[in-house]
Amino acid sequence: MTASTATRGRPDRVTGTPFTRALGIATLVGIVWLTWFGLFVTPADVNQGESVRIMYAHVPGAWLAYLAFIVTAVSSAAYLWRRTRSLTWDRIAGASAEIGVLFMGISLVTGSLWGRLTWGTFWTWDARLTTTAFLFVTYVGYLAVRNLGGTHHQRARRSAVLALLAVLEIPLVHFSVELWNSLHQEASVAMDGLMLFTLFLGVIVFTLMYVWLLLHRQRALALQDLVDDTGLDLAIAARRAEVG
Amino acid sequence: MNAGTLSVARAIARRDLLVEWRSRVVTNQVIPFAVLVMVMFAFALDSDAVLERVAPGLVWLATIFSVLFLTARSFAVETADGALDAMRSAGVNPMAIYLGKAVAVAVQLLVLDIALVVAAVVLYRADVSLGGGVLLVTTILVATTGLASVATLYGGLAAGTKGRETLLPLLLLPVVAPVLIGATRATESAFGTNGIEVSEGWPWLGLLAVFAVLFSVVGAVAFGPLVDE
Repeated sequence: MTASTATRGRPDRVTGTPFTRALGIATLVGIVWLTWFGLFVTPADVNQGESVRIMYAHVPGAWLAYLAFIVTAVSSAAYLWRRTRSLTWDRIAGASAEIGVLFMGISLVTGSLWGRLTWGTFWTWDARLTTTAFLFVTYVGYLAVRNLGGTHHQRARRSAVLALLAVLEIPLVHFSVELWNSLHQEASVAMDGLMLFTLFLGVIVFTLMYVWLLLHRQRALALQDLVDDTGLDLAIAARRAEVG
Repeated sequence: MNAGTLSVARAIARRDLLVEWRSRVVTNQVIPFAVLVMVMFAFALDSDAVLERVAPGLVWLATIFSVLFLTARSFAVETADGALDAMRSAGVNPMAIYLGKAVAVAVQLLVLDIALVVAAVVLYRADVSLGGGVLLVTTILVATTGLASVATLYGGLAAGTKGRETLLPLLLLPVVAPVLIGATRATESAFGTNGIEVSEGWPWLGLLAVFAVLFSVVGAVAFGPLVDE
């Protein structure tokens, strides 16, 4: 590995492939399109005015976070199941949870900004909001557990069990918060065709972005595990060869 | 689960309670801490009317803070001398370890909650009728079972890791939110806070019972894979 690294001047393991490059370009184009439509082409809402534009980032962000957590749960189950046990599943679970936490954070922030403009308050103790906040904290904890150390399989088993516990916990939290405070306010927005299209565009663009991030992050985690396995020696040797 | 598992679990519970009985950490440190928290709440909220209104919630908040210490203590005893590893390498069923430790934590919590209810009656003028007393005792029994089962599970996960003091609250507090909600509402009925009837408290027991059953079963199954190193 060291020799080839030195001669070509670039590492022989990268996280990009032709597919991810194409996907990345498609995502970039999509983001530009979404920004253009969301900020300039779509009209302001009759009731909410310009603040409705936050929705084009908020709704896809929330969708992405939920998708990411579902992928984490499914890959964790796939790891725990003996016949499909592979560290790839564990890394997909970890990568997906990281992306999910990021986008859940984004959708919480955009949501409270929207709430301030529309309802006049940053936060309401509505069941969906509160559950989302708990989901966020739960996966922050999950990521903390992933970094506890130990062998790769220890990390994988520990975090997989924790991810499945979260699947159990979230409905219970949602149910109890709903009992506690059942003032649920349906955030209904009268959307015309173009606005609805932009929202769907947002969901598609964010999903592409998710897949792109997931593939790269998963491969980066695999490389990180490889570095852990082979020790620092190889990395240092490669660096020396590069410089020398 | 067989008879062997249960007798090992009983032995572990007895051992944990004996360690507590001899070291008096719960009676000399955790209960005073919890009562101190109740006093501090009174300083912070600064009004008899408000305190009377929020007394049930404060009892359970103080309980949940104390659970963190109890669980950390319960596993500090295990990991200090490598007792957990020793038990595992001796082939002790992790389910038995889990059940034994959870029962010991539940018993300690029970004692703590009795002290906290007395503190609420004395400090916050909480009032318990006969019917309310039955509801209150049931609530404490079911809620402490739920708290102990989930705390033992996550305590085992955090045990022996670096940063466990901060990891345990991060993992545990979101999970116990249903207990805080259910137990607080049930206790409000038992205390008659804001004129709430005792009968309105019983449905919350359902939520607490679901939580307790779910997490004791899941805890017994998941504890092994979580602590197995």
